[in-house]
Amino acid sequence: MRSRQPLIPYLIWMVIFVIVPLGFVVYYTFTNENGSFTFENFQYVGKYASTYVYSLRLALVATLICLLMAYPFAMILSRSHAKVQTMMMLLIMIPMWINFIIRINAIAFVLEENGIINKAITVLGGKPLKLIHTDFAVVLGMVYNYFPFMLLPIYTVMAKIDKSLYEASADLGGNGWQTLRRVTLPLSIPGVITGITMVFVPAASTNIIAGYLGHTKMIGDIIETTFKTEVNYNVGSTLSLVLMLIILIAMVVMNHFDQDKDGAMLL
Amino acid sequence: MKKHLSGAYVAFVFILLYLPILVFIFFSFNAGTSGGKFTGFSLRWYEMLFQDRALLGAFFNTLLIALAASVMATVLGTMAALGIFNLKRKTKSIVLNVSNLPILNPEIVTGISLMLLFAFVFIKVFHLNFGFVTVLLAHILFNTPYVILNVLPKLRQFNMSLYEAAQDLGCKPRRAFFRTVIPEIAPGIFAGFLMAFTFSLDDFIITFFTNGDLETLPTYIYTHIGKGKTTLEFNALSAILFLIVMSLLVFSNLIGRNKNSVEKY
Amino acid sequence: MKKILSILCVISLFFTLFACVSSESDKLESPIYTGEKLSGTLRICNLGEYISVGIDRETVDIIKLFEEETGIDVIYTTVDNNESMYAKLTSGTVNYDVIITSDYMIERLIAENHLASFDAASLSNYGNIADRFKNLEYDPTNSYSAPYFWGTVGIIYNTKYVTAEEAKSWNVLWDQKYRGKVLMYDNPRDAFAVAQKLLGYSINTTDETEIRASADKLKKGNFIYVADQIFAKIPAENAYLGVCYAGDYLTMLADNEDLAFSIPAEGTNVFTDAMCITAKSSCKELAQFFINYMLDAQIGKINAEYVGYATPNTASMALLDESITSNTAIYPDNVDEMVANKNWERMFHLPTATIRLMSELLTEVRSK
Repeated sequence: MRSRQPLIPYLIWMVIFVIVPLGFVVYYTFTNENGSFTFENFQYVGKYASTYVYSLRLALVATLICLLMAYPFAMILSRSHAKVQTMMMLLIMIPMWINFIIRINAIAFVLEENGIINKAITVLGGKPLKLIHTDFAVVLGMVYNYFPFMLLPIYTVMAKIDKSLYEASADLGGNGWQTLRRVTLPLSIPGVITGITMVFVPAASTNIIAGYLGHTKMIGDIIETTFKTEVNYNVGSTLSLVLMLIILIAMVVMNHFDQDKDGAMLL
Repeated sequence: MKKHLSGAYVAFVFILLYLPILVFIFFSFNAGTSGGKFTGFSLRWYEMLFQDRALLGAFFNTLLIALAASVMATVLGTMAALGIFNLKRKTKSIVLNVSNLPILNPEIVTGISLMLLFAFVFIKVFHLNFGFVTVLLAHILFNTPYVILNVLPKLRQFNMSLYEAAQDLGCKPRRAFFRTVIPEIAPGIFAGFLMAFTFSLDDFIITFFTNGDLETLPTYIYTHIGKGKTTLEFNALSAILFLIVMSLLVFSNLIGRNKNSVEKY
Repeated sequence: MKKILSILCVISLFFTLFACVSSESDKLESPIYTGEKLSGTLRICNLGEYISVGIDRETVDIIKLFEEETGIDVIYTTVDNNESMYAKLTSGTVNYDVIITSDYMIERLIAENHLASFDAASLSNYGNIADRFKNLEYDPTNSYSAPYFWGTVGIIYNTKYVTAEEAKSWNVLWDQKYRGKVLMYDNPRDAFAVAQKLLGYSINTTDETEIRASADKLKKGNFIYVADQIFAKIPAENAYLGVCYAGDYLTMLADNEDLAFSIPAEGTNVFTDAMCITAKSSCKELAQFFINYMLDAQIGKINAEYVGYATPNTASMALLDESITSNTAIYPDNVDEMVANKNWERMFHLPTATIRLMSELLTEVRSK
């Protein structure tokens, strides 16, 4: 139990499959087409600076919404009957087993000019809203796709919070809010941090949602185009490396909220 | 009052989650080919689905790979989490940061770098072809960090004195481990497995660069939507998948009712 | 848990049984190949949804048919576009024997030695191909390819909102009346081609000033850049105008009879897609056999009926229904003339620097 041995297989694995590919990325970032060392690729980072900001901003909003939605849901779920909990967890996950393209097309249909929401609005006598190809639609798409990944970690941690702590808090005179603030919240932080990681990271680098629901390219789209259409590994790797670093820094900042320095998460 | 509010909120979230599902199931019965305009009721897409060996083959590949990869990732990841948990703080952060890299990387980068790596190892060195093994390895790679991230918080929550108490009571360390630790972190393991499985089912980019000839459902679908003729066949497949999964869920719940189950806490 | 697994097994068995029911050769009037059974495995890579498959038990699955009649095993894979096919082919991670791709990509593959040469004229069915598709710029000696489908790019529009008169010019896409209802192709060459034709430039220009001018023109447009979303949007009237390939127009027309197709007067891109054999193929003989099979009159007809694009096979055209071959949207009667006066242009492969510039500019256009 105390041993570090179980880590060994994964350590070997990591070196081959994580570090080596990372090495490629770093190599391409600092070289140009001819293989000589250069910093010129970084000018593209400046070029797409506004796209970085845009993508990170939307990802942040989506993460926040996921958190605000998932937290109460996790609370409700963790206090339900045991059998119900597993079933609910699965029910939340199942939509994610349907292919992404099909899900996105369905969301598009709901939001379209002649889609479900606008049809309902017109029937009630209002004017159709422009819902698709907006930032709103992109955030909605992100929330829809990543909500379960925020919920699951928070829930698994919350479910194991010793129930007697709630009773103790009540005995000591705490009302619902105080219990939430002083008991539930601090104890659920590890799960919250995992959840934020699992939503923010893919949301920032997503590359399909914007095409179907958005109006402008996100950094994930640009990275994909750079690799696929332009076959410019150098620029593509640079843009990815910088994105990675930004996200890493964001995670570091976030982990400072994790008081228990016996960090389960990133530094 | 609180109970009604909770119930309403849960229902609200479920409605939001399942509305698109209703939409795509609805369109699986479209007589036309468009995913935006419903022109009439028809079962043609289901008929086509049942004849489509290629699509069904891709679906089974996906299922197989997802299951195998998530199981292996769960084992590897749980072991890794245990090891990481015991590291000193500094080493722990370094190892964790590196381990999380596949998550931080945009998928296309992971895909291409793996392709380059595999091309070198498999093709140049071992003269093997891309296919099931390369995809499996790639999937295990991006799944394991998610397992680790799910298991670690549970390890933090775990009360070491339980483990020690078991040993005091006469259990050998191994037995104590399996009897006390595993059940406590099981929800994390299960959540990690679930996430890994979900990611594998739907992965396109990484699979695209490492699959060679092997078609999986995502690669099949992405390449078959360009001319809009058979898009709805995938709605039909997804609808059937959804039906099967829901039935299994209901079914297993009905079986479960008859068993004596001990409450979780 | 065991119960669930066994149920899954039963269901999968069920699925596989169903999938092996019908025989393709029964759907034909006369067989294509009656020789003795051959052996071997052929790996074919095509664009998605670009070959006839079985829908409604009426259309013929050509690949299945080929396997039944000849005994050759086919591993058929698809890609979403030519660039992906190029990436896969050149990565060395796949072993395609036959690939079906577009003219400009074939040009590139020939130049980079990724294709095997074969004497197309020696194929018994090659005579079925119309002369205008032979000796084209991308394969002047017909030693690397055999034509598969061809077509033009044009404007698909909803006649309820747009008049035929308006659709005669690419300018209609920029009309403020239709802002937010216009779809544009989300790939550099197709998007730039529209602007270039409008501004009077060649779609193969490498002149930076012209390319930047085209990008500026695109910036002024209020487009929604799409790939496959066009099929959901146009029939449902969420968009009134779009740039599309002629064959795709037919697909959408079936869902909404108010739609029409127009090739603007400023000119457009005319393309040819063709079948090639890869240089690394280990069964070039079988590959040629397959290509010849695809050039058969009946096969061409079946394929054209399903895919909707124009076939270069005159023998197949003779078998096709009058209503199809007289549709000038798909089979325009002035091709030679339009190509000759450079109004309609074929796409050539451009230098990497140009492609990158165009792609970066399009990203700029799409990131405003």
